[in-house]
Amino acid sequence: MQPLFRSRRDRLDRLRRQREDAVKAAAQHSDLPAGGSQTCPGCGRECQNQDLVKTEYVCPHCGYHLPIGAYLRLSLLLDPFTFQELWPELTAPNALEFPGYEQKLTAQREKTALSDAAVVATGKLDGRQAVFAVLDSRFFMGSMGVAVGEKITRGVEYAQKHKLPLVIFSASGGARMQEGILSLMQMAKTSAAIERFSEAGGLYISVFTHPTTGGVTASFASLGDITLAEPGALIGFAGPRVIQQTIGQELPEGFQRSEYLEEHGFVDQIVPRRQMRQVLSQLLFLHRKGVMHR
Amino acid sequence: MSNLTAAQRVKLARDPGRPGTLDFVHHLFTDIFVCQGDRLGREDPSIYGAIARFHGKPVTVIGHRKGRNFEENMKCNFGMPSPEGYRKEQRLLRQAEKFGRPVITFVDTPGAYPGLEAEAGGQGEAIASSLALMSSLTVPVVTVVIGEGGSGGALALAVGNRIIMLENAIYSVLSPEGFASILWKDAARADEAASIMKLTAADLLRLGVVDQVIPEPEGGAHVDPRPVYEAVDKAIARALSQLGKEKDLAAHRYQKFRAMGAVREERDT
Repeated sequence: MQPLFRSRRDRLDRLRRQREDAVKAAAQHSDLPAGGSQTCPGCGRECQNQDLVKTEYVCPHCGYHLPIGAYLRLSLLLDPFTFQELWPELTAPNALEFPGYEQKLTAQREKTALSDAAVVATGKLDGRQAVFAVLDSRFFMGSMGVAVGEKITRGVEYAQKHKLPLVIFSASGGARMQEGILSLMQMAKTSAAIERFSEAGGLYISVFTHPTTGGVTASFASLGDITLAEPGALIGFAGPRVIQQTIGQELPEGFQRSEYLEEHGFVDQIVPRRQMRQVLSQLLFLHRKGVMHR
Repeated sequence: MSNLTAAQRVKLARDPGRPGTLDFVHHLFTDIFVCQGDRLGREDPSIYGAIARFHGKPVTVIGHRKGRNFEENMKCNFGMPSPEGYRKEQRLLRQAEKFGRPVITFVDTPGAYPGLEAEAGGQGEAIASSLALMSSLTVPVVTVVIGEGGSGGALALAVGNRIIMLENAIYSVLSPEGFASILWKDAARADEAASIMKLTAADLLRLGVVDQVIPEPEGGAHVDPRPVYEAVDKAIARALSQLGKEKDLAAHRYQKFRAMGAVREERDT
């Protein structure tokens, strides 16, 4: 293992190569090693990786939706050869000079081949061009710092400029603690961008995936014209542990899960991963004449 | 400005004797008409709302309210709003827009309430909607951070064209206790967290998150609040007069928040 990068150029070149590999791997549905197996967090049974590739990483035994990376997600949705990533090199500096943050970022980049927790791309779904933004929970728990906030905002502005529909898949622990107050400000920034896009007549479909909490739930993820969720996803503002400590009692079964939100009126529909493409396609076509007519 | 540590300022910001939203309202405004209720089934007293006159002109005032004694604290849930509070805020913001009234907000909350009913009522959606709506108003919005600016629950009242902050107020992504507990699994290290979080008015001015800092007397605003009321009054009046010259206040606000947080995307430096 190469311990340290010689320069920023080395690091970015290496990142880019890793990312290209990740895209290729994702395109072949093989983000995970081809052989071997893993334990389903839902039912505890062993799942063969070769089976998970076929089921789009949904447990064949219990239907649990395993978290998947951003590139794999995009490869499941987009028409072949239409994927075009936007601002792949965008990162944010350690503006608050938080001790040890750069080293942690470097380690996360090494581990995931992502530059930060959001991937934004344009591409076609069933022939319909759209802007897609996907948060990746493997990178700092998908938390929103300046880089994520900026990429989401640019994605929204790009969609508005090019009169395209916008689809965002959220998966996030909330604000990026190491970027402190600047993370908090990304909530205002992204929400303001979505509001402008909405006023201009743009279609925004928000998809909650496991887990989405904190500042992402309390900003762009909750502002969709259409709101979807994958089954069983944890969705909330405060995390379950904080709530339990605050109220001092056990939380009810299924609290803050997709089904709970659907029951309370915050989700249009729960859509299993293997039907997501079809549902998004239907929604994009239903809005074909409605997008950006103003 | 005095030479206090961040942790000392956290204590001052939370001092129960510190002037709250109601104190500022009663010293700065006249002809106050209190507005209550979200029109969806509940009144949340942790968010105060009113129509009043500021320097003779009608404005909408919205602020977090913690309460002055234990009974009031309980009623106001110690300043931690529920979704209904944010929906009341949205109702009053729409009204301000309809009648062309400037909006003045006072921020003083530990954060939005992390409770079971708040989650069931859509705390996340309520805050997000406040952010979106506040960002789009065409009337001037002036925010004053007077005590604790805790997380999204504070920001939902703080998407202003001008952000004014008292010297010993704090504003952060999370409480120092929560921060320490997440990062180091030890809430007792809150003072240490405060020192690296950049949550003081001076830090936030440097970062461009706030526009102006109002000095406080030695020992904090509660020791001698009168000069603080006067300075805040002057600062709001000046902000409103400057914003009066802006052609597009929604665009002004958009650009202000759009610029928060620098990024880089060059391939090398």
